[in-house]
Amino acid sequence: MNWAIALPEIALSIVAMAILIFGVVRRDDTFLLSSMFAVGGFLLAALLVLTSARGVGYHGQFVADAFSSFAKLLVLAGAALALILSLDYNQKNGIARFEYPVLMLLSVTGMMVMVSAANLMTLYLGLELQSLALYVLAAFARDNLRSSEAGLKYFVLGALASGLLLYGISLVYGFSGTMDFAALAKTLARPESASPGLIVGIVFILVGLAFKISAVPFHMWTPDVYEGAPTPVTVFFSTAPKVAAFALLLRTMTMPFGHLLIAWQQLIVLVSLASMILGAFAAIGQSNIKRLMAYSSIGHMGYALIGLAVGTPEGVRGVLVYLIVYVFMSAGTFACIIAMQRRGRALEQITDLNGLARTDPGLALALAVFMFAMAGVPPLSGFFGKLYVFLAAVQAGMWTLAVIGVLTSVVGAFYYLRIVKVMYFDAPEAPFDPRPASLSFVAAATALFTTFFFVFPAPFVGAAQAAAKVLFG
Amino acid sequence: MNAAGFPILSLITWLPLVGGLIIMSVRGDEATVASNARWTALWTSLIVLVLSIVLWVKFDTGEAGFQFVEEIPWLPEYGVGYKMGVDGISVLFVLLSTLLTPICVLSSWECITRSVREYMLTFLILETMMVGMFCALDFVVFYVFFEGVLLPMFLIIGVWGGARRVYSAFKFFLFTFTGSVLMLLALLAMWFQAGTTDIAVLLKTPMPVGMQNWLFLAFLASFAVKVPMWPVHTWLPDAHVEAPTAGSVILAGVLLKMGAYGFLRFSVPMLPQASAYFAPLIFTLSVVAVIYTSLVALAQEDMKKLIAYSSVAHMGVVTIGIFTFNVQGIQGALFQMLSHGIVSGALFLVVGVLYDRMHTHEIARFNGLADRMPLYATIFMIFTLASMGLPGTSGFVGEFLVIVGAIQVNFWLALLGAAGMILGAAYMLYLYRRVIFGRLTKEDLRAILDLSPREVAMFVPLILITLWMGINPTSFSGFWDASVAAMVQQHSAALTPAVKVAGALH
Repeated sequence: MNWAIALPEIALSIVAMAILIFGVVRRDDTFLLSSMFAVGGFLLAALLVLTSARGVGYHGQFVADAFSSFAKLLVLAGAALALILSLDYNQKNGIARFEYPVLMLLSVTGMMVMVSAANLMTLYLGLELQSLALYVLAAFARDNLRSSEAGLKYFVLGALASGLLLYGISLVYGFSGTMDFAALAKTLARPESASPGLIVGIVFILVGLAFKISAVPFHMWTPDVYEGAPTPVTVFFSTAPKVAAFALLLRTMTMPFGHLLIAWQQLIVLVSLASMILGAFAAIGQSNIKRLMAYSSIGHMGYALIGLAVGTPEGVRGVLVYLIVYVFMSAGTFACIIAMQRRGRALEQITDLNGLARTDPGLALALAVFMFAMAGVPPLSGFFGKLYVFLAAVQAGMWTLAVIGVLTSVVGAFYYLRIVKVMYFDAPEAPFDPRPASLSFVAAATALFTTFFFVFPAPFVGAAQAAAKVLFG
Repeated sequence: MNAAGFPILSLITWLPLVGGLIIMSVRGDEATVASNARWTALWTSLIVLVLSIVLWVKFDTGEAGFQFVEEIPWLPEYGVGYKMGVDGISVLFVLLSTLLTPICVLSSWECITRSVREYMLTFLILETMMVGMFCALDFVVFYVFFEGVLLPMFLIIGVWGGARRVYSAFKFFLFTFTGSVLMLLALLAMWFQAGTTDIAVLLKTPMPVGMQNWLFLAFLASFAVKVPMWPVHTWLPDAHVEAPTAGSVILAGVLLKMGAYGFLRFSVPMLPQASAYFAPLIFTLSVVAVIYTSLVALAQEDMKKLIAYSSVAHMGVVTIGIFTFNVQGIQGALFQMLSHGIVSGALFLVVGVLYDRMHTHEIARFNGLADRMPLYATIFMIFTLASMGLPGTSGFVGEFLVIVGAIQVNFWLALLGAAGMILGAAYMLYLYRRVIFGRLTKEDLRAILDLSPREVAMFVPLILITLWMGINPTSFSGFWDASVAAMVQQHSAALTPAVKVAGALH
C-alpha cells in the first residue's frame, strides 16, 4: 500500500499529539513554545507536500496530485499566518493555552484530508475533523459571552450543514451504488444513470459545502461568528478553511459530478450572483470592521464561484488564482485589525481607524493596500484574481455573471474606500498601542505580496493552471 | 530596434518611483523631510522631463508605427507581455505628462504644508501611472496603468482637497471605476477573440461586426466618463473644485486626455464599423456638451468650476474631431487635446495663484487685480485668449481643424460645434473682466502681491509652448501626420467592404 502519499497529514497529526503530550506534561506557560512547534509543523508539512510522492492510495480513498498539493500549500500558508497573528493577541487576552495550536493543527489535518479526498467518505471524515476543531476554536475565549455564542451558533448551524451533506452523500450512494469519485464519474458519464434522486443528493452535498464557504444563502452564521470569535480565530476562519472547502467543492463538482455540469451549473450561478450582490450591499451599512470583513468574504466567495460556475479548466484556474490572492489579502487585513488596540483593549469599530495615516502611517498604508486590492484596483493582486475569473466567464459566454460581477465590485469599492477615507481623510484620534513584531511581520509580508504580485504572476498562474488541469484529466 | 539605445520608455515610466523611494527613505524632523521631498520630487520630475525630451528629439516623424518598442514576457502562455512603445499619437502626451509634473511640484511648493512627503510621493506615483498608460502597448498593461491613476488621484483629492473633498473623491473614484470595469469586460472579450493582448496585433485583428457594437459601448462607458462627455461629466466640476491646484492641473491636463486617447487608440481603429455606427450618437452628445456646458460655465460663481465646465466643452470639440474620421478632424482633435492640456492646466495654475493668496476661488471676492498684479493680469490674459481660441495661440489651430473636419461630415455639426468658440469667448472674457478689470474695492486685496519668481518659472514654459503651438503648429502636428494618415486610411479601408455588401443587397 502506498501509505507515503499521506505523509504530510501523518506528520501533522504526530506533531499535534506531541504538542498535546508536551502541554499536559509541562503544565506551565507553554503556549508560545507549542505555537512555535506548530508553525514548525506547518513548515514541515509544506516541505513534505512539495517532496512526497503523488498518486492514489488507501484503496482509492485518498489522492495526492498537483491540485491537492496546490490547495494544501495554500491552506498551510493561511494557517501559519493565522497562528503567527495569534501569538501576541492570545497572550494579551488571556487565551494563551497550548490547546490552541493543537486544535489548529488538527483542523488543518482535516483540511488536508478534505482536499485529498477521492471518496465521499474521506470527504466527510476530513470535513468533520476540521469542523469540530473549528467549533472549539470559535468558542476559545470561553469566558467571553460573544465568543461562546459564536462557537455555539457555528456548531448548531455547522451540524445542520454536515447533516445535509451526509444526507446528500447517502442519496448519491443509494442511487449510484458507489462513493468513489472515479467510479462515480464513470457511472455518470452515461446520462441515463443520472436519476433525480442522485441529483437531489448532489444538491444536498452542494448545500453542505456552500455552508462551509459561507456562500449566500448559507451565509447567516458568518457575520456573527466572525464578529464573536477571537480575532486570530477569525483570521483562520477567513483563510485556511475557505481554501480547503473551496478546493473540495471544486474537486467534487468537476471530478465525480463533472458530467452533470448542466444539472448543477445554474445552481452555482445563482449562489454566485447572490453572494456577490449580498456581499456588496450588506457590507455598506456595517460599522464593525470584523462584520464588514465577513460580508466582504461572502462577496469574495461569490467572485471565486464564478470560476466554478463556468465549469472549465480556465474557470478552475481563475478560482485558484483568486484563492491565492484572497488568502494573503485577508490575512493581511486581519493583521491590521488585530493591531487596532488602545491600552490593551481590542477595537473593532471602523471609526477607531480615524486618521490612522497620521498616527501610524505604515499600518495605514498596509491596510489601504489591502482595501484597494480587495476592491480589485490594479496593479494590486486582487485585480488579477478578478481578471482570471472574469476572463473564464467571458470565454464561456456567461455575460450575466461577468457584468453583475464587475458592477458589484464597484459597489464593493465603495465600502473599501470608506476605510481608506477614515484613515486618510479624517482627523486623527489617540494612537494605537505599539505593535508586536509578529503583527508587523505578517502585515508587511502580505502587503508586499499584494503589491508586487503583478511583477511575477506567471509562476502562480502556472501552478494554478497545472492544478486545474488535473481535475479535467 | 530602439532608437535611443536603451529602454527609454521604461526609464521614463519607472524613474519617478525611484524618486519616490528616495523620498520614503529620508529620516529626520518634519521640515527636513518636507524640503527634501520637494527637492527630490522636483529633480526626479526634471530628469524625467529631460529624458522625454530625448525621446522627442529621437522620435522618427516619418514612421507611422510604434517606435522605441520594448518587450518583456509577463504571462507568455496567455499572450500578455509587458510591452511599451510610442507612436505619433502618444508621444506628445508622454511629453505633456512629464512637462506638467514638475510644474505641479513647483506650484505645490509653498501651499502644501501638511504631509508634504506623502504628497510628493503620490505625485510621482501618479506620473508613473500617466506615462505608463500612454506608453503601454499591451492591453492588460494599459488597463493596469489606466486604473492605477485612480489611486493617487483619489488620495490627492481626498487628503489635500477642500471642504467637500470626501464627496468629490468618492464621486471621482466611483464614476471612473464603474466605466473602467465595463471596459475590462471588453478587454477580456477581445483577449479571448484575438488570443493576445498586444495592441499592435489587436489593431490588425478585425473584430466580428456583431461583437463590435457591444465592445464599443463598453469602451464608451469608460472613456466617456474619463473625457468626460455629457451627461457623465458631473464628477469633473466637483473634483476640480475640491482638488488642490496641482491636482486640478493634472486632472485637466492629462487625465481628461486619457479618455480621448482611448477613443483614438482603441475605439476608432479597432472597432471601425461600430465607430461609424455610433458616430452620430457621439456627435449629439458632444454638441450638447459644447453648448450646454458653455452656458453652464457662463453662470458659474466659482473660478475653478467655470474652467472645469469649459474643459467639458473643449473636450466635446475633441470628441467631435475624433469621430469625423478624416485627417483634419483627428489632427484637430489631437491638437486641441494638447492645447487644452497646456492651457487649462495653466488656467488652473492661474486660479491657484489667487487661491494661495486669498484662499478662495469665488469670483465675487476679486476685482480690479490689474492694478496690483500687472504681471499676473498679463499672464491670465494670454491663457484666457488661448482658451478662447484666438489665432496665434494654440487653441485656435485645434478648433479650426476640427471645424474643417466636421464640415465635411455635416454642416450643422460644424456650426453647432463652432458655437462653442463664441460661447467660450463670452464666458472667458466675462470671467476676466470680473476678476482683473474694474476698480479695486475690496480692502483685503490692496496688499496682494504679484507673482513670485517661482510662479513666473511655472508659467514661462507654458506661455512659450502656447504661442509656439499657435505660431508654428507643424512642429507639433508633424509628429502625428504619419500615424493619423495611416489610421484614417485603415479606417476607410475597413469600412469599404461593408459599403459594397450593403450596395449589393439593394
